[in-house]
Amino acid sequence: MNQKTIRKVVGRSEFYISLVFIALCLLIQVRSGQFFTPNNIVDLLSAMVVPGIFAIGEFMVIVSGGFDVSFPALASLSAYATTKVLLDVNWEGGVWLPILIALAIGAVLGAFNGLFIGYFELPAMIVTLGSSNVFKGFMQGTLSSKQLAVIPQGMRSFGTSALFVAKNSESGLTSRMPTTFLALVAVLVLAYFILNKTMFGRGIYAIGGNPVSAHRAGFNVKRTRFLMFVFVGMISALAGLCRVCMMQQMHPTNMLGMEMNIIAGVVLGGTAIVGGSGTLFGCMLGTALIVVVENSMILIGIPTVWKDVFVGALIIAGTGLSAMQVTRAKRASLHNMRKEAAK
Amino acid sequence: MNALKRFYQKDRHIARLLIMIVAWMAFLAITRFDKFYTVVNFQTMAGQFPEFGLMALGAMLCMITGGIDLSSVGIANLASILMGMFMKAQMDEAGEIAGWVIPAAFAMALAIGAAAGLFSGTLISKIKIPPILATMGVNQLLTGVSMVVTGGNAVSKLPRAYSAAINNKILKVLPGKRGTMMGLIPVQLLFFVAAALLVWFLLNRTAYGKKLYMMGTSENVARFSGVKVDSMILKTYMLSGILAALGGMIMLANYNSARSDYGSVYTLQCILIVVLGGVSPTGGSGKISGVLLAIVLLRLLETGINRFPQISSYYITLIWGAVLILVMVLNYFAEHPIARRKKQ
Repeated sequence: MNQKTIRKVVGRSEFYISLVFIALCLLIQVRSGQFFTPNNIVDLLSAMVVPGIFAIGEFMVIVSGGFDVSFPALASLSAYATTKVLLDVNWEGGVWLPILIALAIGAVLGAFNGLFIGYFELPAMIVTLGSSNVFKGFMQGTLSSKQLAVIPQGMRSFGTSALFVAKNSESGLTSRMPTTFLALVAVLVLAYFILNKTMFGRGIYAIGGNPVSAHRAGFNVKRTRFLMFVFVGMISALAGLCRVCMMQQMHPTNMLGMEMNIIAGVVLGGTAIVGGSGTLFGCMLGTALIVVVENSMILIGIPTVWKDVFVGALIIAGTGLSAMQVTRAKRASLHNMRKEAAK
Repeated sequence: MNALKRFYQKDRHIARLLIMIVAWMAFLAITRFDKFYTVVNFQTMAGQFPEFGLMALGAMLCMITGGIDLSSVGIANLASILMGMFMKAQMDEAGEIAGWVIPAAFAMALAIGAAAGLFSGTLISKIKIPPILATMGVNQLLTGVSMVVTGGNAVSKLPRAYSAAINNKILKVLPGKRGTMMGLIPVQLLFFVAAALLVWFLLNRTAYGKKLYMMGTSENVARFSGVKVDSMILKTYMLSGILAALGGMIMLANYNSARSDYGSVYTLQCILIVVLGGVSPTGGSGKISGVLLAIVLLRLLETGINRFPQISSYYITLIWGAVLILVMVLNYFAEHPIARRKKQ
């Protein structure tokens, strides 16, 4: 590895976040001896499914230069409506129909966001703030949502089915790797392909960098934003459905309030808050960091009431590190420019 | 008629909010006159809105600089919890507290708010963390501290004197039961009016206000014009923290208890109010009159809908969201008439 590559790697915030992540894992391992056990890893991966899919959606929105705070409400509404409809018709078949219905509802709700953000050019954060209230109100008011203790058979077996079972040989604890993990993998692969291999995906990055330049370069800014929100709506709805399947019941409000932690995870992973840059790898890493902190406190003997303190400190420390890094890089490049000019 | 037209054209946003308020009041007058237009009802509303109204004032200042403050609720809860515990500790067996305790509690709450705001401000100005993330982190951190301090339980059984002092009404002019006189103006409203006057004065009559708008328009220009941007940010977030802590003290009086998850809807609600009030999310513009109207509109909508028992109260959030998007779309069409004409 030559010096240039090293500098390139060290200059990225993904590098710092990886260091923090590894340090945290080692710390938990040293304190408890339980971190690198098969069942703990599988538990963490299964806890990653829903936040992971949400984070991919949020990542795309942040890259395009906005914030989406409506996805928990969107996911709750589409998952609730899907479950309710299928319960009413006594659907006995497989899970393909619930997934299709949820995707369709998610697309419609995403289009609602996309219409105002894309075609009316309103700021994404404000619109989604409004639409999350609309979705929530529609679910709780119009559909008068209640907790559904039973979910259709197909969804139940989808949620309980396991890819494999990991066993901790020492403690005898087992953990199942849920089939829903495949949903995360599928969304991740699809998002990677879209963002890096298609004109539409490059358009998302271009808009986040500078919408006017993107327009001049020939991207249809309005349509790209609109379609992106449709896609984000679909994957958010999928995440909502996965959550319902995994929890074996539909609780209308327990997804609400997740948005801040998801945004924190995405930005911790080095996604530029003003849009235009970031990688899916960093996004997953940041989300994993939050998930590990949320789930592993108990392993190192810290009571769960401390959870928020640690997540908050993590957000501040993580973003502070990368912010300081950016400032230093800017100063260094300015310094170099001055040197060049002096020559 | 001409005067009205001129008023509308002078500030469309304010005028539109006023029209909405008047229309809603008229609708309520027609349908639910006797249930809505009572003195007690208005007193209740005036006692409720200062909670989030104070936070919204702080959120407005931050948004004018082009930033955002998501930490108000965390600050408010921490302040109210610590002060609740402080007052409980000072309470004697009969549940009474000495006269100096309440002012001391207020002073300490304001100090906590100022310290928390300074912390956010430092993160934003010195370490250059984007405001949305810095305040989000601070909010989570403070909520966590509140959680640790209380163990997730509510702080209740507060000395009666506190709630009696704040959740009270002054100016005893109304005839009450059995020949006594009832107060007219809720004490909470006084706090809010004082804070609103202070913010109005700062924004419109001081150099601080001018610099604030300048910073929001372009931070670089402000910096090169000699504005000490860092100290402005520190001051603004500190002020927002103080206002949030004051809101927390009022929550403590209204609920007569404090908990780490009270008022969690207020975070987004404050942003909603501020944007609805016409403050640009990118900073540099916005008036306090718009924000005040938005606060009043929110309260009227919510209380008004509660007067229709057959309508689920969950519709309030739906209407709220719809109103926000509607206002934004109206603004879009107001700002883009030329663009539309060009296309035709």
